[in-house]
Amino acid sequence: MMAGVSPGFRGRRSGAADAARVPPGQYVTPDFPVLSAGPTPHQPTETWSFEIRGAVGKPMSWTWEQFMALPSERVTADIHCVSKWSKLDTSWTGVSLDTLLDGVDTSAGNVLAFCDGGYTTNLPLDDVRNGKAWVAYEYGDEPLAPEHGGPARLLVPHLYFWKSAKWVRGIELRQDDEPGFWENYGYHNYGDPWKEQRYAGD
Amino acid sequence: MERTAIRRRLTWQLARVVEGVTETARTTSIVLAAADWQGHLAGQHVDVRLTAEDGYQAQRSYSIASAPEDEHLAITVQRLDDGEVSPYLTALRPGDELELRGPIGGYFVWEERLGGPLLLVAGGAGVVPLRAMLRHHRAIASDVPVRLLYSARTRSDLIYRAELSEYETTITLTDEEPEEWNGRTGRIDSDFLAETAWAPAERPLVYVCGPTGFVEAVADALVALGHGADRVRTERFGPT
Repeated sequence: MMAGVSPGFRGRRSGAADAARVPPGQYVTPDFPVLSAGPTPHQPTETWSFEIRGAVGKPMSWTWEQFMALPSERVTADIHCVSKWSKLDTSWTGVSLDTLLDGVDTSAGNVLAFCDGGYTTNLPLDDVRNGKAWVAYEYGDEPLAPEHGGPARLLVPHLYFWKSAKWVRGIELRQDDEPGFWENYGYHNYGDPWKEQRYAGD
Repeated sequence: MERTAIRRRLTWQLARVVEGVTETARTTSIVLAAADWQGHLAGQHVDVRLTAEDGYQAQRSYSIASAPEDEHLAITVQRLDDGEVSPYLTALRPGDELELRGPIGGYFVWEERLGGPLLLVAGGAGVVPLRAMLRHHRAIASDVPVRLLYSARTRSDLIYRAELSEYETTITLTDEEPEEWNGRTGRIDSDFLAETAWAPAERPLVYVCGPTGFVEAVADALVALGHGADRVRTERFGPT
């Protein structure tokens, strides 16, 4: 349906400099809202690990200590939540998926991220390669707080933020595209904020 | 995780305001006639879109306050004086029109097949989707035991107060200790939950909705008391 005008509605636009950075239907917030489907897991780093499994020649696994020893990157990115808020210039430290996938031999085209608490989300493998995705463990130079996904979360800023799975424990490489948690509840399978792919069929 | 088969495309539709109900000084329920509405589950939300004359659009999500069985769709909006959308919505008059699409979300919902006992824990405006569950529970005459724990700052912040008194509701006030108050005061913490919630052994199905700090504290306390994390569903309720 074509949008009808809401009489008397003016709205509050972002500044001109920001406008080009805010996808349709989003508003900019200085806050960092929290959305999760269940209680926040509190996973000690002593028993944390990150795995790459599934359609790989040889599954990989890192302990927290090993993970911290990997080359890290500092990333500044705008993030966009499907619940309509966007936050600009967020800064993170983490390990690039390129680093983790280096030397991984696979013919799979899809990724299913899995997490403490049972959350999952699916992404095309191409969307986590070539400088597009990280496993982040610091937010603004501080350890990532549990409610924001600590000890570590996926960071895939070019997609809606539910794809940036909190409490991530690994990725499964898959030939088929297995829908994750919210994707099974009617959210878009891919989730490009610039195409406003919020829900299935968008 | 169970699956649902909601794959119907969610298109924008026009809804007409039937009435606005003043719930508190800051919250208004907007009752809507949405001709193309396909129904919803208790706990789901709806997206609302406003369009300015120059084409600028703003969208927000609101929990649905009405039961699936109710004649009209309703949302309850908390007005923020400096908000972009809520002052507009709370000033709508009968006959005004609004664009919306939904229903959205499928995890923070209660249906009778999910069973119980059903424990609903609300902080502030987080009571809205839980009220939809209570109304649904009543509409289907469910015999699943249900209980609401509702934390608000003061008496004057209580939404749906008269209606909620018809259910097994425990209200607590965090910022006021009025005389002649027969409810409780103080936050919903571990002791509060140990006293008012079903024991973990009875495996209540718990829905917690409110501001982030509230939800984190209640969900953490429930897990610490021995409730299974898989029995605790949460929704954070952010003001917009």
